[in-house]
Amino acid sequence: MLLSNLWFLLIAVLFIGFFVLEGYDYGVGMATRFVAHNKDERTVLNQAIGPFWDANEVWMITAGGAMFAAFPNWYATLFSGFYVPLVLMLFLLIGRGTAFEFRIKIPNSKWTATWDWLIFVAGLLAPFLWGVVFSTLVQGLPIDKNMNMHAGFFDIVNGYSVLGGLLITLLCLYHGLVFLTLRVTGDLRNRARTLAKKIFWALAVVALVFIVASYFATDIFARRGTILVPVYLLDVVVLFLSLYFLSKERDGWAIGMNAGVILLTVSSLFIGLFPRVMVSSIKPAYDLTVTNASSGNYSLTVMTIVTICLLPFVLAYTIWSYYAFRKRVTSNDTTGY
Amino acid sequence: MDVLSLARFQYAATTIFHFFFVPLSIGLVLLVSIMETLYVVKKKEVYKSMAQFWGKFFLINFAIGVVTGILQEFQFGMNWSEYSRFMGDVFGAPLAIEALLAFFLESTFIGLWVFGWDRLSKKVHCLCIWLVTAGTTISALWILTANSFMQHPVGFSVEHGRAVMNNFGALLANGQLWVEFPHTVFGSFATGAFVVAGISAVALLKKRNTEFFKKSMKIALTVGLFSSILLTFFGHFQAQYLVKTQPMKMAASEGLWKDSGSPAAWTLSASIDTKNHTNSAEIKIPYLLDYLSYGTFSGNVKGMDTLQSQYVKKYGPGNYIPPVKTTFWSFRVMTVMGGILCLLSIIGVIQLWRNKLTESKWLLRAFVASIAVPYLGSTTGWLMTEIGRQPWTVFGFMKTAASVSPNVSAGELLFSIIVFVSAYTLLGIIMVYLFVQTFKAGPTLNQKDAMESSDPFDGEAYHIVTE
Ligand code: HDD
Ligand code: HEM
Ligand code: HEM
Repeated sequence: MLLSNLWFLLIAVLFIGFFVLEGYDYGVGMATRFVAHNKDERTVLNQAIGPFWDANEVWMITAGGAMFAAFPNWYATLFSGFYVPLVLMLFLLIGRGTAFEFRIKIPNSKWTATWDWLIFVAGLLAPFLWGVVFSTLVQGLPIDKNMNMHAGFFDIVNGYSVLGGLLITLLCLYHGLVFLTLRVTGDLRNRARTLAKKIFWALAVVALVFIVASYFATDIFARRGTILVPVYLLDVVVLFLSLYFLSKERDGWAIGMNAGVILLTVSSLFIGLFPRVMVSSIKPAYDLTVTNASSGNYSLTVMTIVTICLLPFVLAYTIWSYYAFRKRVTSNDTTGY
Repeated sequence: MDVLSLARFQYAATTIFHFFFVPLSIGLVLLVSIMETLYVVKKKEVYKSMAQFWGKFFLINFAIGVVTGILQEFQFGMNWSEYSRFMGDVFGAPLAIEALLAFFLESTFIGLWVFGWDRLSKKVHCLCIWLVTAGTTISALWILTANSFMQHPVGFSVEHGRAVMNNFGALLANGQLWVEFPHTVFGSFATGAFVVAGISAVALLKKRNTEFFKKSMKIALTVGLFSSILLTFFGHFQAQYLVKTQPMKMAASEGLWKDSGSPAAWTLSASIDTKNHTNSAEIKIPYLLDYLSYGTFSGNVKGMDTLQSQYVKKYGPGNYIPPVKTTFWSFRVMTVMGGILCLLSIIGVIQLWRNKLTESKWLLRAFVASIAVPYLGSTTGWLMTEIGRQPWTVFGFMKTAASVSPNVSAGELLFSIIVFVSAYTLLGIIMVYLFVQTFKAGPTLNQKDAMESSDPFDGEAYHIVTE
């Protein structure tokens, strides 16, 4: 019993790690259209995330693997239920993952432009799809007594979930822009900061609307209001703090605060879900919970031991890689293309 | 087509495609690591150029390996949800460990390697690529732990209609794993070696950068020789293991309907009649099947008809004979490919030793053509392994027909097949094109140029300054 709660927490941590880290990659992907004006500048932006994005994506892969191992029923229902959105997501991830590697392998402007569009579109739509998926998780989905989900279009795409998609997209965009203020210099850096300040207000408005909508569209406040109200209050405070630090040009603090925003926002969804992992809109008895969706105790114990042994190493070398690439990327002489 | 056939088609297509890139990644990164080690030890710039030049091929290939791998992990849940529910307790753990142990290692240290040429000390930089090598091989170990469980399930019990792990050690000590993992990994090393040898042969035929490519060839052939021979040995061990654990697959891959009797002959070629359970036009090599199955020259190998009636008794009514022709011919192609790899690498090493490699045009041409050989070997090997296991997904416990997602429609599957197959076709074409372009650009041999950073946005220098 205890172990499946722990694994629920761990999966939440993995998804938080994913959104905090890969979030800025998506944001920088969007910024390639909004901040960069030409190919050289886009190259600089891609180099800013170059050493990190693949490892960041592994947070998602690990979250998926952990879900499979710890909650096979959750993994099975979620992945088969969201079939079409996941096909789209995979398509975007395939294009984006190869684009970083291929975009300037051939000195041809059409070649590069095609890959650059893929990076942008994937940076825009992937977080949107994640937002849609996560908000429908708390909203409830038609899951039958055999744990199979039969969702129609409007079960997945509706006002609330689109709002959730918008929220995650803006959150990633803002995150990416703040990240850029740390990683690039000069004009690009100033443009990123200026845009971040504008996006901030859009983000703040959507976040507020989303919180209010959650009150009406889901049962999370009814169930966990005493925890969620302070969480959301803190969320808003931290969000405004990030703007404060951003305008004071204390960019490290700004990104730290926004990482806090992502942490609190994603946590709030998991807090609202718990002890359920997926909500059935047909009947509460059909909900998937940490109990009925989980693996056996033995398997969870093994996984827990393995994770405790390995995670410190992963964190250590991840931090070291950020240390190794602490210097900023510039475009001083990117002549030649 | 029905949902099951579509799901199988999609699974086969995407997995085979993933495994087109995996062996080259595993093999090439080993060669690059060896090259960079030579650079650190011998301090000659040419080895650095070598690591950078072959490193480009590795990175192009790796990028596709990664994106097709993500799909692999998702598709169990998407298309095989019943399988995931039934097996997740046992099967999920190796996959999760693979991500935690291997994928983080790989992706982080590739980032450090690619962007770290002028940021890390030589030794630390070299260590990075070795850690990537470790990552790719560990990745193979854990994914094959999962696959070995499907071939030979151990360390679990079935409770409330679900498999529940009860012995993790047994999963790792699975005999299947310790023949399957070395066989696959040596096959991957051989793939890396033969791709480098083949591309080098093209350059040697065209007399471009002869010294550079001769040196590359030398490293490749050394690795190629070791891995081809070990590959064949472990293939032999796999066959011996197979007779014990999945006799039906062995019988099918031999096209053996009736018991062989002792001593058993190996069928080189036959025309198989799956309706009447007979073969005609057989060409047989005496004693060889006994050697393959038992390592001796006598013994009876059971035929499919015998096994079918045994399986019906044990597992209930049903057809337990896999698609015989596919299994039979896949096995034939694979073993012939193994033979070619051994033969070519032995001849190559001898000629290299006599310093005559660059003179024999036919041998160089053979190396160019042999780029395809390890790919054919891997693909047919997996076809035999996975199709020969049918009708089971988990041998003896779960059938493929019961594994498929009940809530995914044929239309959705068709949609995803179209999306993935077109994306994959495009990626395949792009990769070949990029390989050719990378080859045409050639290695950077100029000492000064070799100092520049080699990142994926390569060829252009970019500068990093501190604020
Ligand atoms: C480079 C590719 C390659 C080459 C040249 C060979 N193999 Fe192989 N073989 C594989 C690559 C491979 C593989 C792709 O790695 C497989 C698929 C699943 C596995 O475990 O390894 C495989 C499977 C596989 C199996 C099936 C095991 C099972 O179903 O459990 C057997 C019996 C052999 N091999 C035996 C051989 C023999 C006797 C070879 C002769 C020289 C040989 N292989 C060459
Ligand atoms: C750990 C590795 C692997 C796992 C866990 C795995 C799992 C599975 C599963 C669940 C199936 C059943 C679905 C079906 O019958 O179509 C299957 C079949 C299949 N697998 Fe694998 N597989 C693995 C590796 C591979 C690889 C590397 C290849 C080929 C390159 C491969 C080729 C196939 C093929 C061709 C089928 C289809 C068989 C058929 O259509 O009858 N598999 N495998
Ligand atoms: C069918 C089951 C399989 C699944 C679920 C799977 C999953 C994955 C995933 C998620 C990645 C991307 C990792 C990243 O982002 O860094 C990947 C890459 C990789 N996989 Fe697979 N894989 C499968 C089959 C195999 C097999 C059979 C092998 C080896 C024998 C293998 C070896 C690798 C390696 C070495 C990589 C590194 C990148 C590359 O391929 O170039 N995979 N795989």
